[in-house]
Amino acid sequence: MPEKLKVGVVAIQGDFEAHAKCLASINCEPVRVLWKSDLAPLSALILPGGESTTISRGLTRQSLYQPIRDFVATGRPVLGTCAGAILLASRVVARESDSSFETIGALNVTAVRNAYGTQVDSFSSFPDLGTEKCADLQDLKCVFIRAPKLIDLGSEVEVLLRVKEAPVLVRQGKVLAATFHPELTLDTRVHVLLLSLVKR
Amino acid sequence: MNQRNTGNEDIRARSLEIKIGLAEMLKGGVIMDVTTPDEAKVAEESGASAVMALERVPSDIRRDGGVARMCSVEIIEGIQKSVSIPVMAKVRIGHFAEAQILDELGVDFIDESEVLTPADEAHHVDKAPFRSPFVCGARNLGEALRRISEGAAMIRTKGEAGSGNIVEAVRHLRQLNGDIRALAALLPEEMPSAAKELQAPLALVKEVADKQGLPVPNFAAGGIATPADAALCMALGAEAVFVGSGIFKSADPSARAKAVVHATTHWRDPGEVLNASRGLGEAMPGIELSTLKESERLANRGW
Repeated sequence: MPEKLKVGVVAIQGDFEAHAKCLASINCEPVRVLWKSDLAPLSALILPGGESTTISRGLTRQSLYQPIRDFVATGRPVLGTCAGAILLASRVVARESDSSFETIGALNVTAVRNAYGTQVDSFSSFPDLGTEKCADLQDLKCVFIRAPKLIDLGSEVEVLLRVKEAPVLVRQGKVLAATFHPELTLDTRVHVLLLSLVKR
Repeated sequence: MNQRNTGNEDIRARSLEIKIGLAEMLKGGVIMDVTTPDEAKVAEESGASAVMALERVPSDIRRDGGVARMCSVEIIEGIQKSVSIPVMAKVRIGHFAEAQILDELGVDFIDESEVLTPADEAHHVDKAPFRSPFVCGARNLGEALRRISEGAAMIRTKGEAGSGNIVEAVRHLRQLNGDIRALAALLPEEMPSAAKELQAPLALVKEVADKQGLPVPNFAAGGIATPADAALCMALGAEAVFVGSGIFKSADPSARAKAVVHATTHWRDPGEVLNASRGLGEAMPGIELSTLKESERLANRGW
């Protein structure tokens, strides 16, 4: 039996257990990440959904920003979903009253937080047809919860899926970001996509 | 796997899946009671995953007596403007008109709460038609399933709000989880009788037995005052915690808020819960529950 791939999930706050379940179901070993030392044995890393402000405070408290940047620099793949996507972005736009926070800055996009509104504006949808970058994901149900939008994409950022014209799944090298929650459905295709980026 | 729907139209937020989605996002976090935009900012800066907008925290409601109602619209709007994390607010049990106001305001979660004075002594709000998700208190599995059948997207223990005493939250967590374990041990033909005893719909009872868990997230609330209280609730199976009077009735709210957040993240690690417990100053004053009259116990409200 080949050893299972260890995939980390940042476990400060949010739906990290849902990601862990997805990973276990595709024969990976999920690892809760709270400390720098947790990152060493990992083949890939996930920043889960949750509250981006809360997780950012935790990343600061745990001194995890630089270790995650270093992790990305080693060429190991990273997936951020919703709050995780915001934390991967180079730039974040929010309302004037919002507190600012540091990001990992691994994805050359601007994240607009709560871009669709409050929870009463949350929704689910399927990707726009004709964005053929990821033809095999076109029937993927996308669940958006107080979701951000990604704008001002750098030329190195590839759009894999759009919903109502907005990019919802993007890739820059080994960095993947989804503004929706693949971990909330039983569909593990986005997790499989992350694993496909692992160097074997 | 769901079928692609024709015309690519949205399934709007009414679906329970979307409502439970936000409850999922709040897991592992701390939801804090706040009464002003400034308190909301302190909570957000300290790492709260959401705030509960209130006119008075439960310990003040207890002290003042009288009728406790939904928070004023101005306070809720002020708090919504001041933070980017989700904003929740409470309605009286059964007061669907208050709930409709909160839905119009676009609050992120409605707490149909025993902390306020009940408006209906027989019926809870029919929660399914609302756009905002609902959280409701429960002391046991039957009560939790009745609330879920009405459309609640999150269950929390009732605990004894405003008491600074964790004993009721612990009782409710142990009761609920014990009820689930007992149900999981039953044979299929014993389910209808279990449903009758629980006073809950058979389909939900079967689902809980299969899953060995609730179909919605289960958080702890009522009496949490220290980092250790939060860690205790997480270890007993709560997926996140609500802290009411415990933060802003303590000597140093910002330090205590950060400490409770840290203990909730690190509840598995006693060394970190210890670190979170240093230098906090006075906790809120607590109430020994045997000194409360039955009529003063908020957890007895709800049916």
